[in-house]
Amino acid sequence: MCYNQYNNFLGALFLKYIKQVLIILLFSFLGELLAKVIPLPVPAAIYGFVLLFLSLFIGAVKETDISETATFLISGMGILFVAPAVNILSYYGLIAPALVPICIIVVSSTFVVFGVSGLVTQAFLKKGDKKNG
Amino acid sequence: MAEFLEGLSLFPLALTFGTYQIGLWCQKKWKSPLLNPILIAVVLTIGVILLCGIDLQVYQTGASGISWLLTPATVCLALPLYKQIKILKKHLPAILTGILAGTVTSLVFIFALCKLLSLDDALTISLLPKSITTAIGMVLSEQSGGYGSLTTAAIIITGNLGNLAGSMLCKLFRLTEPIAQGVALGTASHVVGTTRANELGELQGAVSSLSLAIAGIVTVIVFPLVIHFI
Repeated sequence: MCYNQYNNFLGALFLKYIKQVLIILLFSFLGELLAKVIPLPVPAAIYGFVLLFLSLFIGAVKETDISETATFLISGMGILFVAPAVNILSYYGLIAPALVPICIIVVSSTFVVFGVSGLVTQAFLKKGDKKNG
Repeated sequence: MAEFLEGLSLFPLALTFGTYQIGLWCQKKWKSPLLNPILIAVVLTIGVILLCGIDLQVYQTGASGISWLLTPATVCLALPLYKQIKILKKHLPAILTGILAGTVTSLVFIFALCKLLSLDDALTISLLPKSITTAIGMVLSEQSGGYGSLTTAAIIITGNLGNLAGSMLCKLFRLTEPIAQGVALGTASHVVGTTRANELGELQGAVSSLSLAIAGIVTVIVFPLVIHFI
């Protein structure tokens, strides 16, 4: 009896994840399809991302339909960037001569973007406060 | 040694997962933002490849077995975005304007600086999407003829810069509003900056993760317009 209950529990759990994986794969697939059809340099994942967002927004997909699998995929995403970054070895010869300018650009642009986005947001928030108060 | 390891088809994957796990341990043990698990895994993997003299092509072929997961994982980012938009509805206009201003500035500033320092087109394309999350930036760069690996490296360094200098920059620019701090961290330094935002406060964290998602989408839209000028 107990064993049967346990088995049913495991079965339900398994089916739940199959369904979650299926939904996520479906949106990824639709994204790939759109990326093939639409002649814009937009990654397939962005189409899937927008479609999934809209589906959540109109309620066609519920948070609980994907939450565990989505959280798992997002939290483990970092490992997917290791191999692409290691590939820098094969471009080393092309990048090495421009290393100093690259560093200057990376550092300065980070600070500039930080300042602009923060200050513009803050200015808008204060303007909104004045209107309301 | 190299030949023996190259013959093991699962060695590249094991190396990737093993070094990444070491990265996670280091991050957990010392709790320092400098210890990004991706960065540690990349340095260790490159070390092993160079030391053992493994062919890079063999490593890439073996390790790319999990790369197909990138698309579904990026698609899933819609879920946290959806959750945060519900919370932040009221301040959405200010947040969106800030992100838009920051993202356009990023692309124009980097483009101008690349031209000024006379970098070639491929390097320029690789650096343009450096403030957004790796999932989008790397693919954008590669699709347009950039080096995906340089983009990835620039993105990780940018993230750590924002994370480390975040509090200092908030003081420097006199950002006192939690929402403005979150927008700045998320727009300038994506996921890694968002970890710092979460340390500053829950509101900063939520705004920051919203910003990194929207900055990514805005970049996808503006990026083709900018590289049109190359």
